Amino acid sequence: MRRYFARKLLVYVLTFVFAVTVNWMIPRFMPGDPVSAMISRARVSQPEAVEAMRAYYNELFGFDRPVWEQYLHFWGSLLQGDFGLSIWVFPQPVSSVILGALPYTLALMVPAVLLSWFVGNWLGALAARRKVLDNTVLPAGYLLTAMPYMWIAVLLAWLLGAKAGWFPVSGGYSLDIQPTWTWHFFTDALHHWVLPFLSLFLVALGGWAIGMRNMIIYELEADHSSYLSALGAPQRLIRRYAFRNAVLPQITGLALQLGVLVAGALVTEIVFNYPGLGSLILAAIQNRDFFLLQGTFLFIVIGVLIANFIIDLVYVVVDPRTRTGMAGGR
Amino acid sequence: MTLTVDDLRVHYRTLRGDVRALDGVSFTVADGEILGLVGESGCGKTTLGKSLIRMDGRMRHIGGTVTLDGDDVPVGDDRAMNAFRFHRISLVPQYSMSALNPTRRIGRMVRELLASRGVSVDTGELHRRLALVGLGPEVLERYPIELSGGMKQRTVMVISTLLDPSLLVADEVTSALDVSNQKAVAHALVGLRDRGLVTSMVFITHDLALTSHIADTVMVMYAGRLAEKAPAGVLTTAPRHPYTRRLLAALPEAGVRRSQGRLSGIEGSPPSLLSPPAGCRFRDRCPLADDRCAEQPPVVEVAPRHHVACWKA
Amino acid sequence: MNAMPPLGEPASEPVATSAPGQEAAQEADRPAAPLGPGRETLHYAVRNPKLLIGLGVVTVLLLTGLFGPFLLDGADPHAYSGTQAAPPSGENWFGTTTFGQDVFAQFVHGLRATFLVGVIGGGIAAVIAMLVGFFAGYRGGVVDEVLTMFTNIVLVIPSLAVLLIVNAYLGVRSVPVQGLFIGLTSWPWAARAIRAQTFSLRTRDFVDLARLSGSRTWRIIFREIAPNMSSYLFMTFILLFGGAILIASSLDFIGLGPTDGVSLGLMLQSAQQWSALQLGMWWWFVPPGVGITAVVGALYVANVGLDEVFNPKLRES
Repeated sequence: MRRYFARKLLVYVLTFVFAVTVNWMIPRFMPGDPVSAMISRARVSQPEAVEAMRAYYNELFGFDRPVWEQYLHFWGSLLQGDFGLSIWVFPQPVSSVILGALPYTLALMVPAVLLSWFVGNWLGALAARRKVLDNTVLPAGYLLTAMPYMWIAVLLAWLLGAKAGWFPVSGGYSLDIQPTWTWHFFTDALHHWVLPFLSLFLVALGGWAIGMRNMIIYELEADHSSYLSALGAPQRLIRRYAFRNAVLPQITGLALQLGVLVAGALVTEIVFNYPGLGSLILAAIQNRDFFLLQGTFLFIVIGVLIANFIIDLVYVVVDPRTRTGMAGGR
Repeated sequence: MTLTVDDLRVHYRTLRGDVRALDGVSFTVADGEILGLVGESGCGKTTLGKSLIRMDGRMRHIGGTVTLDGDDVPVGDDRAMNAFRFHRISLVPQYSMSALNPTRRIGRMVRELLASRGVSVDTGELHRRLALVGLGPEVLERYPIELSGGMKQRTVMVISTLLDPSLLVADEVTSALDVSNQKAVAHALVGLRDRGLVTSMVFITHDLALTSHIADTVMVMYAGRLAEKAPAGVLTTAPRHPYTRRLLAALPEAGVRRSQGRLSGIEGSPPSLLSPPAGCRFRDRCPLADDRCAEQPPVVEVAPRHHVACWKA
Repeated sequence: MNAMPPLGEPASEPVATSAPGQEAAQEADRPAAPLGPGRETLHYAVRNPKLLIGLGVVTVLLLTGLFGPFLLDGADPHAYSGTQAAPPSGENWFGTTTFGQDVFAQFVHGLRATFLVGVIGGGIAAVIAMLVGFFAGYRGGVVDEVLTMFTNIVLVIPSLAVLLIVNAYLGVRSVPVQGLFIGLTSWPWAARAIRAQTFSLRTRDFVDLARLSGSRTWRIIFREIAPNMSSYLFMTFILLFGGAILIASSLDFIGLGPTDGVSLGLMLQSAQQWSALQLGMWWWFVPPGVGITAVVGALYVANVGLDEVFNPKLRES
């Protein structure tokens, strides 16, 4: 077990190093003098911001120093939590801008991912059992997974928001109130949350349902199912076994799909102008706020790594083979 | 008399039409008898084995009857067959290595399987039976992945025979094993019979040499029909059907055991069972064939317990 | 966006490696098989509705993308030609944008970009996945350890996040460059799947034989291993193709799409940017979404059909 986790952690640490290195390296590929190029591309109105940017870039990248020193320095300021200052909302530090947006993204993603996973698996298992359901769940599932996240978001906003007028289609809360810990704010935020959540939930749902249905059918075709049938075991028992086995790859699938789900959340936020990381990225791109963009990138990577690790923990609890396989035997 | 199969016909549905995998086969297996069933791939031996316990979705029972200990076995009725499965007819499958659910401890799987059949577990008896095949009780606490191939095979043998079935179908159980393990498994199967844990057995294989060692009677099938059936000693020393003779002649050649199914020593291939030609089906490959073979040869008992379907026998 | 198909890897696993249990099922078939393996595949292919419908939809859209622009006399899709914000009519089939651009002209050009980015992105990803997967799976040992580690690292990092950084800094001017970057980031899951397949094939007799006869590694891989999993590789490519289209549309939508050109994602972006939603101009944002969904969905459905054609276990029932 310890070896298993040591190995996983090694991959995650290496991934983080890799991500930081990519983050450090890409600005270097910009043609010409990177500092001036970045400053000229940034749409900065305040002159202090230009100076701050130049100073920060010079300090951060230190192009006059040897490459390895630049690299180590980059790491040094990163580990101190210094992501630089945002150009877009100058002079706020990037880290605090991101931390302000993070709760909204999490509030959107965590329920959407978990619920779509549970409901999708349940639907898929049901579809594998009944032909009629299979003929509806399967095409619907393929339709949903093939839809771009932002498009289903636009459709929902149009149908349930603009046309039906049931839900607001823009923002995380009404413009006339401030985020506070009040019941009023909570219900307002919830009202704004429904549509982005629903669109994220629906697209992900299709994928899980199809995956589960295929996995169960694969398990029902497997030798251990045939053996139980040959010994006259009731369908109930065979299906129970198949479901249990089929859930395991779905847990791994959750880890593999995280990146896709994050991407989905980002574009969904943009459609609804939802004040999470996605809208932050859009603002960063439109304002050429590279610090903010890079900071968001690292936050997303860290978030995905943490989620991966949690899924690893869950998997060890759920799949007995990982435990015994490591305790000896094998 | 344990098992009687009378004119059994089973077809495989394919998109190109029905394949007559089993085209009128009759035989009996007596109490305590081990019947070895041999033939090339596609001769219908696996179809016969499956028909006796569980047909897959593409198989259809066209005609004929199966009787076990005087009771009619509803081979074509998947639901009704459940009463027979495990209790009276059981299976040691070809896929023993992957027959156990990988995410359940073996003991728990056995308990749940037995409970689903309305039987409670006699732990002492279970341990005794495991010991018979050289396995300790700790196997029950293991996951299949923790067992070696041979251990899995023996575990499956124990589980399959737990309810002392009248008939055990052993389908190509040795084909995945190396030679030394083949012998061990074959002898373990004979041991089950000798101890009375199973009354009789159908041992399906493409390995004529192996089956002649452990079977009491050997039945050779060809293209969905019975070719020859005789006591093992008689069949190997005095075969009457030209096909059996060719099988025996092909035996010493290297590679016969390893080639999956196809006995490479015989030229040509069996006829299509989509629309098989009339008459003897071995005709095209038979050196003795003449005009008479255009008519289907009946199965004749040429000597006591020696049946042959050939005009020339 | 759905960079990795949610189809479950093992579901299509038995494709390349025929399981031992399968033999029994085929036993009855075999003597009756006057058709060769190629013809048999074709026999099932032309009778598989999923494959036919999927391929049919893809073909129609592909032809629209290829020849549509010529039928429109190669008119500039950005031209401010018609009335502004007009709903669909005989003159402008899909209506016009706020600025009077013809939505149908943009749609037709956008389809072209969509297929192009799919082919380039999916193709590059497939090539990298094959190189990594074959080499890791065939060589095993340290090579495998290193390559698998690398694959896992790239797999964990959300590819869209990397593409955001890359596109923002370097700027992407054309569709092919966008496809290139997508290809460079979306191969890991496919590499893992191909590695697993290769791993199971490399101990087969015919591979041993080739090795004993002194063939070089890449020769064995391309002569012995790859042909034995060609159907699997093809299906992997289809999924990568669809994934590349979805990622590209997300990038376009965020505003990091190709700066010169038309694509379905860019259409969605400008519809969003100019409040088509609030203005009720559904004809602006519905067609591009339908286009992407139809291409990707048809590819997925065709893929399921292919799986059934190549994998006898899935054919019946």
